[in-house]
Amino acid sequence: MTYAAKNLTTGGRELIAFRVGDQEFCVNIMSVREIRGWTPATPMPHAPPYVLGVINLRGAVLPIIDFSARLGMKPAEPTVRHVIIVAQVNTRVVGLLVDAVSDILTVADSDIQPTPEIASDFERSFARGVLAIQGRMICLVELDSVFPNEEREAA
Amino acid sequence: MDMNEIKEIFFQECEEQLAELESGLLKLNDGDRDPETVNAVFRAVHSIKGGAGAFGLDDLVSFAHVFETTLDCVRSNRLEPTQDVLKVMLRSADVLADLTNAARDGGSVDGARSRQLITELEALANGELPQPAAEAVKAAPVAEAPRPAVNEEGFQPVAFSFDEFEASEPPTIEPSTFEIVFKPKSELYSKGNDATLLLRDLSRLGEMSIHCDMDELPALDRMNPEAAYFSWKISLKTDKGEDAIRAVFEFAEWDCELDVALAGDASAGAGEELPMQPVPFDLSLLDEEAPAAVAEDEDQSAEQPRDLNDAAVSAAATASNILQMAQTAARAPAETAKTAGPAPVTAAQAAGQQGASAATPTIRVDLDRVDRLINLVGELVINQAMLSQSVIENDTNGTSSINMGLEELQQLTREIQDSVMAIRAQPVKPVFQRMSRIVREIADMTGKSVRLVTEGENTEVDKTVIDKLAEPLTHMIRNAVDHGLETPEKRVAAGKNPEGTVRLTAKHRSGRIVIELADDGAGINREKVRQKAIDNDLIAADANLSDEETDNLIFHAGFSTADKISDISGRGVGMDVVKRSIQALGGRINISSRPGQGSIFTMSLPLTLAVLDGMVVTVANQTLVVPLTAIVETLQPEASAIHSFGASQRLISIRNSFCPLVDVGRILNFRATQANPVEGVALLVESEGGGQRALMVDAIQGQRQVVIKSLEANYTHVPGIAAATILGDGRVALILDVDAIVAASRGQSLKPEMTLAAAG
Repeated sequence: MTYAAKNLTTGGRELIAFRVGDQEFCVNIMSVREIRGWTPATPMPHAPPYVLGVINLRGAVLPIIDFSARLGMKPAEPTVRHVIIVAQVNTRVVGLLVDAVSDILTVADSDIQPTPEIASDFERSFARGVLAIQGRMICLVELDSVFPNEEREAA
Repeated sequence: MDMNEIKEIFFQECEEQLAELESGLLKLNDGDRDPETVNAVFRAVHSIKGGAGAFGLDDLVSFAHVFETTLDCVRSNRLEPTQDVLKVMLRSADVLADLTNAARDGGSVDGARSRQLITELEALANGELPQPAAEAVKAAPVAEAPRPAVNEEGFQPVAFSFDEFEASEPPTIEPSTFEIVFKPKSELYSKGNDATLLLRDLSRLGEMSIHCDMDELPALDRMNPEAAYFSWKISLKTDKGEDAIRAVFEFAEWDCELDVALAGDASAGAGEELPMQPVPFDLSLLDEEAPAAVAEDEDQSAEQPRDLNDAAVSAAATASNILQMAQTAARAPAETAKTAGPAPVTAAQAAGQQGASAATPTIRVDLDRVDRLINLVGELVINQAMLSQSVIENDTNGTSSINMGLEELQQLTREIQDSVMAIRAQPVKPVFQRMSRIVREIADMTGKSVRLVTEGENTEVDKTVIDKLAEPLTHMIRNAVDHGLETPEKRVAAGKNPEGTVRLTAKHRSGRIVIELADDGAGINREKVRQKAIDNDLIAADANLSDEETDNLIFHAGFSTADKISDISGRGVGMDVVKRSIQALGGRINISSRPGQGSIFTMSLPLTLAVLDGMVVTVANQTLVVPLTAIVETLQPEASAIHSFGASQRLISIRNSFCPLVDVGRILNFRATQANPVEGVALLVESEGGGQRALMVDAIQGQRQVVIKSLEANYTHVPGIAAATILGDGRVALILDVDAIVAASRGQSLKPEMTLAAAG
């Protein structure tokens, strides 16, 4: 487990927290490549609704995912205040459209509580756990399940 | 660096040597008698043998050795390189290539074929002339016949050990005395060779007396410690032949002046065809005895009749001159002209050119690095375009210094792009050379006599294009020989040369490479093609087709006019596959044929696959790029030309033929309703299936060269979209996959393969 390995060396893990609507989420900082402002994306034909299109990231074609729509919430109406979290998921690089980046957290594994028992499998599939930070609830997101890799797609 | 890496380098070099070998042999085949060509061929085989020896590739070594021995006979003028001889040699070159591949990839080779060629090569080396009709299968037994006590089926491949080899050379038994002059050059020492060791090896051949010549040794204060000053005169009494002596110096041969001569007239050379003069260096003999030489060359022809020793000395000088030239390539061609004398112009030019190309230093670079560089330069170009655009937008008064700087930047980036693209550009030569082998093989299989003429081999094109060119070209060459050319009998009956000619040409034309394949065969039998097309329901029985349209029918899938299906071609998967692969490269293919005179296939390909000429169009407020190669014409539809057809289909009439109208925005789901055709522009495109469609777009923005970007790298394949590109404003534009769009318009729906949806 890479998380465990990281804990051994740093004594904790660093997460990037971001806001989508009125909820807060966080992802492992190691998978985040950069954070940039919103630029209009070129829509893709026949794409699922949460794929906003592709943008030019220094010459690479980067698909942009509306994180809110991806989780089945209200689709975002991107403005210049929105940000794109450029994340590496397996071999691909994708952009995640979120409302704002709120924090960088350093937490120990013990701070992460297991995902509460909820009815929906969908929410459970991407949530790795929840964190209680200063009275806020932050959901730790597993990017692998948000963006399935090739093998899973074939299965 | 481990052994495998070294081996890999060896195999890369082998490929180069094999190419050199083949081109040399083909030159000889065309009547080139330049000694430097013979030498180049010899050197190629020799280097392969040397390298193979170092890696213990015994099969390769043994075959190369026999080949080399035969080539040595040519080099020393003991064997006239006639067409028949060269046929054997070209086949040997093929086998050598096979053996090299087998050694690299661990495959197996046709052992019988290489053994048979070894026999043939040995027969040639022994002065037996090949059978006039050099029919491979027959030649071997005949060549073998003079040898005693071998029965029919058991003719044995001669083993490759050196001793047996010599056993087959005629003048070996009686010991004879050789006078050897051995003068090492400094290169010999710098390559780690040692004269002492060579001399010690030599002494094992027989009785030897050595005299060291120290005349050239300068005074101590003027001596260069790394130079070579000594030479040796050796008198060797041995029962082994001259070849055995030369074999000692085998790996030092290019780094020394070696002169082996029989002392006196002795018993020598009974079996040789030419009187064995004390040959100072084989090269010189080639010079002196080349037919044209005697006439014009004053110095040498005057010297020739003189005392043999004198001749030997002067010839040795000539030889060493030529050698030095070949090695250093430093001297002007003029000197070659002086020394080589005969056929001065061509020989000198050839030597000069070869010298020049040999002198250009090259490095091997990993292809990935080049690709990365090309990508970065692509970014640079885009970035530069974005920068100029935003400067123009923000600065209306035009600060001249900024604009001038930007203009210079633009010029520089263009230049950088061109030179980086040039790194990937490679001459088409290797592909063309591969074709000559295919022609030989097919000609053998079909019993036709074919001559392949290639032109413009040095035309350069992107490496990926070259790699993908080989397959369709092979297909076409096979077709040309198998279907295009007639049998020799028919050719004679038609009053043509029994030998058919296939001409393969490459040239640059307006930013593209044009490859032409012409045969002088019977041309396309239009009646037969037409009948076949009618039988296969490709056209209506009463269809009225122009000659050109009939000719182009052969590009339809499942079309083959060959009466019987042969091994080579004729399974009907020929030309449509060719056409598709050429189109996949962004190219076009055309045929023109004249009955009785042959057919010409013309392919036009882009110089690179990294950029594409595209038409930038607007569809439902989105910018799309349509590959220019797909577009036949563009037109502004008039309301009267649009006809509804059924519930939702619309046709457009173009010069009285009806063509389905395809709304790109609708197919790509960019809009829900069909656009009004009169407000847009129609692009007439030709697709894979050969059918034409009119693609409806809203407007044409312009024509531009775009850099192709992969969509698959971070996203997934999108049906209807071939790739993406980045426009001057920094936004991503999608490149249309015209074939997929056309297919979708036929009713095969574009399947939205929603990769990302799979998660839900």
